[in-house]
Amino acid sequence: MFNETAHFALILAFFMSMAGAVLPMMGAVTRNAAMMDFARVSAYVQLILVGLAFAVLTLAFVTSDFSLRIVLLNSHTLKPMLYKVAGVWGNHEGSLLLWVLILTGFASAVAFFGRGLPSTLKARVLGVQSSVTAAFLAFILWTSNPFERVPNPPFNGQGLNPLLQDPGLAFHPPFLYLGYVGLSVTFSFAVAALLEGRVDAAWARWVRPWTLAAWLFLTIGIALGSWWAYYELGWGGFWFWDPVENASFMPWLIAAALLHSAIVVEKREVLKAWTILLAILAFGFSLVGTFIVRSGVLTSVHAFANDPDRGVLILGIMAFFVGGALTLFAWRASALESRSVFSLISRESALVANNILLVISCFVVFVGTFWPLVAEMFFDRRLSVGPPFFNAAFTPFMVALATILPVGSTLAWKRGNIGRVFKSLLPTMIFALAVLGLVWAMQTGRSLIGPIGAALGVWLVMGAASEVWLRANKQVGRIKRLPASDWGKALAHAGLGITIFGIAALTAWEVEDIRVLDIGQSFEIAGKEITLRGVEDVIGPNFTSVAATFDITTPSGARDQIVAERRFYPVAQMPTTEAAILNGVLNDIYVVLGDAQDAGGWAVRSFVKPFANWIWAGAIIMAIGGLISLTDRRYRVAAGQRSGAGL
Amino acid sequence: MRRLILILALMLVPVVAMPVEPQEVLQDPVLEKRARSISKGLRCLQCRNESIDQSNAEIARDLRLLVRERLLAGDTDTEVVDYIVARYGEYVLLQPNGRGANLVLWLAGPTLLLITLAGLFLVRVRSSGAEGDQVTPLNEEEEAALRELLDDR
Repeated sequence: MFNETAHFALILAFFMSMAGAVLPMMGAVTRNAAMMDFARVSAYVQLILVGLAFAVLTLAFVTSDFSLRIVLLNSHTLKPMLYKVAGVWGNHEGSLLLWVLILTGFASAVAFFGRGLPSTLKARVLGVQSSVTAAFLAFILWTSNPFERVPNPPFNGQGLNPLLQDPGLAFHPPFLYLGYVGLSVTFSFAVAALLEGRVDAAWARWVRPWTLAAWLFLTIGIALGSWWAYYELGWGGFWFWDPVENASFMPWLIAAALLHSAIVVEKREVLKAWTILLAILAFGFSLVGTFIVRSGVLTSVHAFANDPDRGVLILGIMAFFVGGALTLFAWRASALESRSVFSLISRESALVANNILLVISCFVVFVGTFWPLVAEMFFDRRLSVGPPFFNAAFTPFMVALATILPVGSTLAWKRGNIGRVFKSLLPTMIFALAVLGLVWAMQTGRSLIGPIGAALGVWLVMGAASEVWLRANKQVGRIKRLPASDWGKALAHAGLGITIFGIAALTAWEVEDIRVLDIGQSFEIAGKEITLRGVEDVIGPNFTSVAATFDITTPSGARDQIVAERRFYPVAQMPTTEAAILNGVLNDIYVVLGDAQDAGGWAVRSFVKPFANWIWAGAIIMAIGGLISLTDRRYRVAAGQRSGAGL
Repeated sequence: MRRLILILALMLVPVVAMPVEPQEVLQDPVLEKRARSISKGLRCLQCRNESIDQSNAEIARDLRLLVRERLLAGDTDTEVVDYIVARYGEYVLLQPNGRGANLVLWLAGPTLLLITLAGLFLVRVRSSGAEGDQVTPLNEEEEAALRELLDDR
């Protein structure tokens, strides 16, 4: 009964979104206030209807209503409550419903916070947003109905993939979706601006918070996924360049470029057409990501629900929206450009360089991701494009980006003085180079990755600090009064430096050991003594497990105990490994339990992973930087005015 | 009852090996290091996007042993990789070679960078004749004064 009501609510939401897509657009053309205002009402109603459907689906998962096909396929009564709820989006149909829920949520947020928007622009933004919602609702209703019933429901379900039963992964998809779908707002603003034929500083100022929000959700989502891979997949890898990871990384790169180019539009009213193009591309890459995940065209560890037919439909949606927007762009963009000029040495130029590097690195990831498909279709070659390629082809662009970052962010607008920047960054530069030399001298093994990563990390973190100092006119009292956007910028850039350092350190200095260990026996790795205390069988809520306890003694005499497990989930007939990790600021000790050996003892694989946590700490600092930027007063105070460029 | 469930469940546990078992490790640390670095570049055929060094699948284990066998037989690193590619196809290479159409893959990024830079250069040359807004920039003092005013707002 509930389920049918929810299904009906989705159908109503579909019609509402159709109306919300058409009427306000017509209203904007004919200047009909009532029709334009309908956009707002429609957005709220869509949110309520889709929210109702989502609540009912969640209820079905929580109460284990196995008469619903997707509950039957993805849940089980023994599953802990958190994973029953997470099961809602742990499958194709439910995750699409979450996607649409977020879409309508963002539309309502625009309707609510966009009170100061000019009525025609607002009507058009919400109209475009509604049309995206309509397309995805149609997709759900016709191909992926979450409320499909089964005739004879059995007593229990088939469970959720055990790998996904993890707190890190329970929240990974919602954050990613908030990011993906947040970019739809930017897209809607871009298309609306093209329809209006006007892009100015005020437009950039309205768009930027949404882009920032989407980017910061993507950052958190990607970091969560990477952290999960690190502790769950059993050997401590944090990034695989898997198609689905790339699917979330590409919009992140474009969104980062867009964030920066929107600043140029806001302050200087140049790069308008380019910014619009980036806004279209950012959402385009979100759709590419959805297509990759949902179609399974590129096989990947993530493709737990895929179906080529659905892929074709998403491709259709993508072709319609991105193709339509790009056509509109080709037609209208030339009217947008302004004549303002800037010198080669200026903040504008630096941000153009930032954009070029980010977009090209995204392009490299894109080509690498799709190359196996292209090679097979056109050249009849079955080949793989794996991490070694991406590391080699992507990293140089990131190194270049990090190298120019502090210089560019200190340069003045319009016409910068390179000598002055050089002077203010000199201490940072000397320190970074000293670190480079020191690390090179200290490390064993002559890999350049470690020293370069350390130097870039110092360069970015200290560069950000020195910029804050400079902005405050070198007065301590003023530091506290700096606008939030300055703090946000400094934190985000420093966070990037920390992440870069973490990645380089982990790549360069990881230590590994593989051996057979008897109970009570110890060994030494990187100065730490690890002892296998005991191994016992454990029963969990929905799994059985072999758990090994290890004592870890550091040279200073500090003692810790960690537990490594090999779990087995009977419902899914699937084994997983739970690594024992002793988290530390300077390094993680990471121990994986292997098989019991015929001759006695256990196979044990252990790692010392230097600065591993810095990777995610950096990402969190980046996200906090974004969050602080969002609170900047110019987004609130000036939100309603079509004023010129502010400072 | 719980005991029984546990015993039954443990009986069902399929044998999963750990990636790189202790028995596989070669005595000679130099050879072993080479084996590991070769393994990191070879794809586990059955898995999705995992190297044989990370995978616990049977076939990955077989390939790891094969790599070590070839190394013990005195092959160089390239000979080992060629040996395996000859048997399993270029699909096993995680880093695609630069031969034939793969050049497009490798050169895509650098080429686009060059094109962009060239394009920007042309635009600048063309537009430098018509320098539009010639406003004298604020000097350091003025800029400081302005910032002070705006900060105090």
